[in-house]
Amino acid sequence: MARQLPGKDVVIIGFGWTGAIMAEQLTDAGLEVLALERGPWRDTPTHFATTFAQDELRFYWRHGMFQEASHDTVTFRNNEEQMALPMRRWGSFLPGNGVGGAGVHWNGQTFRFLPSDFVARSHNEERYGRLPEEMTVQDYGVTYDELEPHFDHFEKICGISGQAGNVNGERVEGGNPFEGMRSEHYPNPPMQMTFSQDRFMASARQLGLDPFPGPSANMSRAYTNPLGMQLAPCTYCGFCEKYGCGNYSKASPQTTIIPALMRRENFVLRTHSEVIAIEKSADGSRATGVRYVDSQGDEYVQPAEIVILAAYPLQNTRLLLLSGIGEPYDPQDGTGVVGKNYCYQVMSSVNVFYDDHYTNEFVGAGALGAVVDNYNGDNFDHSGLGFIGGGYIACWTTNTRPIESHPVPDGVPGWGSEWKQAVRENFLKTTAVGLHGASMAHRSNYLDLDPVYTDRWGRPLLRMTYDFTLNDRLLTAHITPFVEEIARGMGGREVKVNRRRGSYDSKPYQTTHNTGGTIMGESPSDSVTNRYCQSWDLPNLFITGAGLFPQNAGYNPTGTVGALAYWSANAIINTYLARPGPLVQS
Amino acid sequence: MNQKQCLSISAALAAWALTSFATEAQELASSQVAKGRYLTQAGDCMACHTDFDNDGIPYAGGRGLETPFGVIYTPNLTPDDETGLGRWSRDDFYRALNEGIGRSGEHLYPAFPYPYFTHMPREDTDAIYDYLRTLTPVRAEKPENDLPFPLSLRGSILGWKTLFFEDEELRRDPEQSEAWNRGRYLVDGPGHCGACHTGKNFLGADLEEEYLRGGTLEHWFAPNIRGGDNGGISDWSERDIVEFLGAGRAPHTAPMQRMGEVVAISTQNLERSDLSAIATYLKSLDDRPEPEREDIETERLEVGEAIYFDSCAACHDADLTGVPYFFAPLVSSNKVSAEDPTTVIRVILEGARAVATDAAPTPLSMPPFAWKLNDDQIADLVSFLRHRSNRPAGSVSASQVSEIRNYLIEHQGGER
Repeated sequence: MARQLPGKDVVIIGFGWTGAIMAEQLTDAGLEVLALERGPWRDTPTHFATTFAQDELRFYWRHGMFQEASHDTVTFRNNEEQMALPMRRWGSFLPGNGVGGAGVHWNGQTFRFLPSDFVARSHNEERYGRLPEEMTVQDYGVTYDELEPHFDHFEKICGISGQAGNVNGERVEGGNPFEGMRSEHYPNPPMQMTFSQDRFMASARQLGLDPFPGPSANMSRAYTNPLGMQLAPCTYCGFCEKYGCGNYSKASPQTTIIPALMRRENFVLRTHSEVIAIEKSADGSRATGVRYVDSQGDEYVQPAEIVILAAYPLQNTRLLLLSGIGEPYDPQDGTGVVGKNYCYQVMSSVNVFYDDHYTNEFVGAGALGAVVDNYNGDNFDHSGLGFIGGGYIACWTTNTRPIESHPVPDGVPGWGSEWKQAVRENFLKTTAVGLHGASMAHRSNYLDLDPVYTDRWGRPLLRMTYDFTLNDRLLTAHITPFVEEIARGMGGREVKVNRRRGSYDSKPYQTTHNTGGTIMGESPSDSVTNRYCQSWDLPNLFITGAGLFPQNAGYNPTGTVGALAYWSANAIINTYLARPGPLVQS
Repeated sequence: MNQKQCLSISAALAAWALTSFATEAQELASSQVAKGRYLTQAGDCMACHTDFDNDGIPYAGGRGLETPFGVIYTPNLTPDDETGLGRWSRDDFYRALNEGIGRSGEHLYPAFPYPYFTHMPREDTDAIYDYLRTLTPVRAEKPENDLPFPLSLRGSILGWKTLFFEDEELRRDPEQSEAWNRGRYLVDGPGHCGACHTGKNFLGADLEEEYLRGGTLEHWFAPNIRGGDNGGISDWSERDIVEFLGAGRAPHTAPMQRMGEVVAISTQNLERSDLSAIATYLKSLDDRPEPEREDIETERLEVGEAIYFDSCAACHDADLTGVPYFFAPLVSSNKVSAEDPTTVIRVILEGARAVATDAAPTPLSMPPFAWKLNDDQIADLVSFLRHRSNRPAGSVSASQVSEIRNYLIEHQGGER
C-alpha cells in the first residue's frame, strides 16, 4: 500500500539539467518544489575530485555514472521484422544516472539549433516541395526568435566559451556565418585551439569554407555565473565525456545550479527515489502527482499541483506509456503520438595520420574544436540531392584516452604485435575530422513498450525500433567527401575514411543524442506537448528534454534542451500560474 | 528573517512579558532584539553553542571544544529553566561575559572567550541577552567536560584569571577614526579574533606581543592577519578583506574549516560598513620584518617542484599564481609562508573545502593527497612552496608532516 505524502506545488521527475533548471526557476518564483531522482547524490568535491576523476576503468569501462542496465534498459531492434532484445551493456549511447544525470558526463559542445531547424517541415517544403510521405518531420511550434533569450540565458548559466558570428544581425568575423541572430556575445572567449584545429581551419579556409571555434561549456577562463556559481579555467585534461569534472571547469548542473538551489528553503531533493507512474485524477483531466519507490522498497504517492517530467527522453516516453497518458504511436496507420519520431544522429569520420607532427591529442577538452557549418541544416542548396538536413564538420580534440582510444591507419590488423606497434607509432600523431549529421523523423523509427521483457518491478521495458533511413544514407554519402577533402588538406601522411555503412548498430559508441518520443508541436493530433512543452492531455504536466524534438538537428542537443526548459519555465511562471489550464487551445 | 522566525520570536516575547518586570519588557523592543541578534552573529555564538556533528538545535550547546588541555562542552544558551539560561538574570549574563563568572558564582573556563567579551559595554551584552531570551527554550543537558585534574576543578581557573585576565571595557582611541575604533571593537570584542589568531602561552592565554600574528589550535594554524608592512595580509586590500568575510571569496584564499564556519555563521551576515571597519583596523597593524630567506638544498627544491608540477599545477598554475578567487595563489599565501606550517601540510594531507555562502555557493575544494604523497614528498613540496613564496619561509621536515598525519589518523580517521 503506497503511503500518501503531503502535497507540493511542483514535483519534478528526474534531476539532470532540465530538472535543475526547472527547480531553480520555479523555486525562484516562490513555489514549493520537490525533485525525485532515482540515482544517488553526486557533487564535485566528493564524487569527481581531480585525484580520481580521470579514471577510465571506473567511469567508462565500469560505467560509473551511467544508468544501471540491470535495473532498467531498453530493448532494441532495427525493424519490425526483428525481435527486440535488451541492451545488457550500454554501447551506442550512455544514459546518465544520479544527480546531474548525463549532464555530468557530457562533453560540453553547446550549440543553438539553426532558425530553420525549428520549422523543418514548412521551411523545406516551401523550398524543395513536398516531403516523402514516410518522413514524419514536423515544425516545433516554437521559433528560434522566441527561444533566443532563453538560449542566451542558458549560455550565461553555463559560461559558454565561443565566438559569435551574428550579434543583433551584425556579422562578426571568425564566428559561424550561418547562425541565428544572438542578442549578445558568448560570455567567454573561445577555447585555446591546438595544432589539429589550426590545421583544420587552414584547410577549410583553403576550400572556401567558414570555420569557427566550437562553442564550449568547458571554461576558457575563470567565470562566475548569474547564480554566483564559480567555474574555473579548463586545464585541458581531456576527461569530459563519460567523466565528471573535478576542476569546476565544465558546466554541469553541479557546477552551475545545484549548490545555489540546495540553499533554498522551498526546494527539496529526494535521491534513490524512482518514479514508477504519473498519477491522474479520476476523470483523467489532470495529473495529481506521482507514485515512487525509495531505496527501502517502500512506495509513496506524492501529490503535486504541477508535475514536470524531466528524466532522460527514453525514460520520459516510457513513463507516459506506463502511466496511460496520451495515445501510443502506431507506425502502421501513423496515429497516436507517444513514442513517435524517435531520432538519433548519423556520423562519419576521417582519421588523419602524421609522420612528423605531434598532435598530442591527450591534451584535450570535451568541446575543444573547430567547426564548419557550411553543410549543416539548410545552409546549402539541397535541390536534387534527395535528402534534407545536414551536419557540421568538426575537428574536436576531446582526448585520445589510452584504454579507450587507439586509432591506427588502414591495413593494420585489429590485434597482435603489428597492431601494438601501429598504436605506438600513431598515438601521438593523429587526429580526426568528423561529420555530426541530423536525423530526420521517419514513420518506421519509434519507441513503444516491449511485449516480452520487464524490469525489476515487472513493468515492460521500453522498446526501440530504429535504423538509418534513406535520408541519413544520402546525407552522409553527400557530405563525407567534403570531410575527407578537409582532412586531406591538413597535411598528414595518410587518411582513413570511416563511412557510414550498414544498419544502425547499438554496440559501438556514437552519441547519447536520443531524441523524440514526447515531441512538441502545433496540434494534439501530431504531438505530445504544445509549444510550451505542456502536455495536450494533462495541462498541469510539463515535459522537458530532447524528447521534445520532432526530429534531430545536426547539432549536439544540450543548448536547445536548456533553452526549451527556460522557455517552458517562463510560460509556467508568467502565464500558467495566473490561470492554470491549457496554454494553447486545441 | 522569515515569517516562521518572526512568529516564534513574538510568541516568546509575549511569554516573557507576562513573567517579568514591565521595565524589562519595555527594553525588549524589536530594535533591541535585532541589535542583540546582530551582536550574537558578530560573536559567532551559534558556532560553539550548537552540536553540529549531531544535528543539534542552534544555541542548545553540547559541542565539544578541543583545547590543548582537554575537551570542554558548551552549555545551552536557550532560555530553558533547567538546562539553559532560563533562570539567568541580565546581571548574571553580564557577569559571565564581563568577569567569566557563572550564575552560581563558579569560574568559567576561558574556552568561553570572556577575555574578549569583557571589552563589550553593558548595553551590548544586555542586547545579546535579550535576543537569547527570544529563542525557543530547549531542554539540553551538556555533557561533562573531559579535563584532567587539577583543571577539572573550577578553582584552578581562578589562578589562571589572576594571572591573565583583566576585566576591562575597550576605550575609544580618539587619535583614530570612527571606522578604526569600530573595527578594533569588533575584532577584540564580540569577534574575538585573537582567540585563534593570537599566539598563546603554555596556559592558553594570549601573548600580547603575538597579537594577531597567528596561532595554532586544534592542529590548525590560524594565519597572521596583521596588515601594514610585513603582516600576513599586507598584500590584501581592504576590499579583499571585506569580500573574504562577506562573500567567502577573495583573490588570495577562501575561508575553510573553522574560519569557514565563522564566515558562514557570522561575518557574511554583518553590515558591509562593519566589515570595512574590520579591514581598516587590521590593515593598520604593522608587523616585524621577515626573517632572512633560509637556504635549502637544490635537490629538495627540484623534487618539490616536480611534485608540484604533477599534482598541484593544474589548479594553482605552473608559476604558483593560482586563479584568484578560485584556487589560492600560493606565491602570496599566508598559509604557505606561516612560521608554523601546520595548515599547509594539513590541507595537502586531507584536502580542504571553501565555505559556501549565499554570495558564493560553489563548494570549491581541494582533494586530499595523504594517500598519494608520503611524508618526504609532502615535506619537499611544502619546502619548495615556502621557498618560492613572496615571504620566503624555512623548510619543513618529514617528521613535521608525519606528526600531523598521525594526528589525523588518530583523530579524524585520516589516511595512512
